[in-house]
Amino acid sequence: MLRFIVRRLLQLVPTMFGLSLLLFVWLHRLPGGPETSILGERATEERRAQIRESLGLDQPLYVQYGRFMRKLIQFDFGDSIQTGRSVTTEFLQRFPATVELTVVGLTIAIGLGIPLGYLAARRRGGFLDSAAVGGSLIGICIPIFFLAYLLKLVFAVQLHWFPSSGRQDELLDATRVTGFFVLDGILTQEWDASWDALMHLILPGIALASVPLAIIVRITRASVLEVLSEDYVRTAEAKGLTEQTVRSRHVLRNALLPVATTVGLAVGGLLSGAVLTETVFAFGGIGSFLKDAIEFRDYPVLMGFIMMIALVYVLVNLAVDVSYSLIDPRVRVR
Amino acid sequence: MTLLDVQDLSVAFVRRGEAAVRAVDGVSFTVDAGQVVGLVGESGCGKSVTSLAIMGLLPRRGVELGGKAVFDGTDLFGLAPRDMRDVRGKDVAMIFQDPLSSLNPVIPIGLQVTEVLKRHRGMKGDAAGREAADLLDRVGIPDPKRRLKEYPHQLSGGMRQRALIAMAVACRPRLLIADEPTTALDVTIQAQILELLKDLVHEFGTALIMITHDLGVVAGMCDTVNVLYSGRIIETAARRPLFAAPLHPYTHGLLGSIPRLDALESEPLTPIRGSVRDALPWASGCAFQPRCDRPVEACVGAPPELDATFTGHEYRCVNPVRHSND
Repeated sequence: MLRFIVRRLLQLVPTMFGLSLLLFVWLHRLPGGPETSILGERATEERRAQIRESLGLDQPLYVQYGRFMRKLIQFDFGDSIQTGRSVTTEFLQRFPATVELTVVGLTIAIGLGIPLGYLAARRRGGFLDSAAVGGSLIGICIPIFFLAYLLKLVFAVQLHWFPSSGRQDELLDATRVTGFFVLDGILTQEWDASWDALMHLILPGIALASVPLAIIVRITRASVLEVLSEDYVRTAEAKGLTEQTVRSRHVLRNALLPVATTVGLAVGGLLSGAVLTETVFAFGGIGSFLKDAIEFRDYPVLMGFIMMIALVYVLVNLAVDVSYSLIDPRVRVR
Repeated sequence: MTLLDVQDLSVAFVRRGEAAVRAVDGVSFTVDAGQVVGLVGESGCGKSVTSLAIMGLLPRRGVELGGKAVFDGTDLFGLAPRDMRDVRGKDVAMIFQDPLSSLNPVIPIGLQVTEVLKRHRGMKGDAAGREAADLLDRVGIPDPKRRLKEYPHQLSGGMRQRALIAMAVACRPRLLIADEPTTALDVTIQAQILELLKDLVHEFGTALIMITHDLGVVAGMCDTVNVLYSGRIIETAARRPLFAAPLHPYTHGLLGSIPRLDALESEPLTPIRGSVRDALPWASGCAFQPRCDRPVEACVGAPPELDATFTGHEYRCVNPVRHSND
């Protein structure tokens, strides 16, 4: 097991190297550059050249890449052109927001998706089944920005049940400890701050959960249906076990194997920043910052953020693989 | 003493928009305490469906169940699902065909044994663990303490079937149903498993319904034999008379198609021609008629009744096989 993990971690080095090379060339080939964002469209060619030179963008690409790699070896991604602050600082400041959003989104998706999928399978062909299958189709089809605006309009603007944007009410002036606002409130016992941060998470959380929820319902349903017809479920029934034992020990546990894979992929996807959701709700996570960086051609931020996202993605997938082998003894790796 | 009395059992699978499929069509037989009863027939004759019906394991939707299965005075079909759960695994237990797929792949063997003990015998943690180890030991699994922690895929085929048997006999059931328990196993292992079943039945005084298509298994184990064809019992007899003088042409054909070691190499096997699919609906005559070697006019028209000789040998045929030494 340990060898497997170490091997996978070592594989990361060439992967990340390849990614950096590809990304660097590709990003710098994009038309436009930060000088346009800084100076605007009507700046003189002279001023532009000046800025490019000061940022080192006039050098040949391989020189720039060499400089980038030299810094990277010391885990330094450089400074953001937009803000002038270090890319790592910018990332660490925003990542907790994305993590919080991911946790809430996934909690909704899993907490609702698995029971719904299970019930749909048990009442196959019934009303609940049709509703779950139809609903999940809508969940997959509806564009996330549309759903986000709809939620905001109805539940924030019209009904005032939830705040419409941001991560926390500025007026609360909450103490910061970890950057995870809900956790901070608990640690400092500022309960109102915790509650307020949680309320800010609900609507974006729902918007973000829609697609994974739909997928989890579908996969759980299909997988439960398959497991229900397995011989070992019949054996469990033949033993006269209670319905709960059959359900939790023999049906769900096996049915959740494929769901675990889906959830793993969803975690990776969600952690890499929900650009649309974060933008609609002005939620200061990595997604919205990344979007700004693309518009600005903020090369260091783009390189740094995307590579760190890739790293997180790979690590989450490794964690899924490891957890998978813990649930299913047949795929236990040596 | 009659332990199980199956009366006029019928099972039909119904699907909307399709004709109902009669898998079992008026099957009656009895099992006495401690007796070994065989249900014999080829694939699709309804023997497995009969056993699942007795166990209450048929799906509730899409199935029409008729008749009675009186176990020790109570009709099992009349029991609420919850009450049936108390009977299953405790008084009536079942051993399935394919031990690999019948065991849960992601749960250690130990838990799969102890969960029965905990459910029906109210045993707790350590005691259940010790009893499970004893059970594995009793069914001939070496090093039971270690095996309890292992998963099904780590056991050999024979050991898996032994583990399944251990689960079935965990509560000393009064009736055990074995649905082709040796089909998925090597011939050498088959013999061991049958020996084990025989020993257990003898030791615990358990009655056994042996479902099989293997007449060798029947010859080695069963006290009485019921031969099924197309959902009906076509012959019932004690083992000796059945093998010595089968009355139904189907049974006769089955016995005739067994390969014999003393036959000449050049002598071909004598199969029953046609396949189970060439069956006549019982309502319009004898289902076996299209494949029968002794058809007469009376075979078609009305279904043949179950007749009995004075020795109690029952058969469902208008032109039974005559034996010269009768």
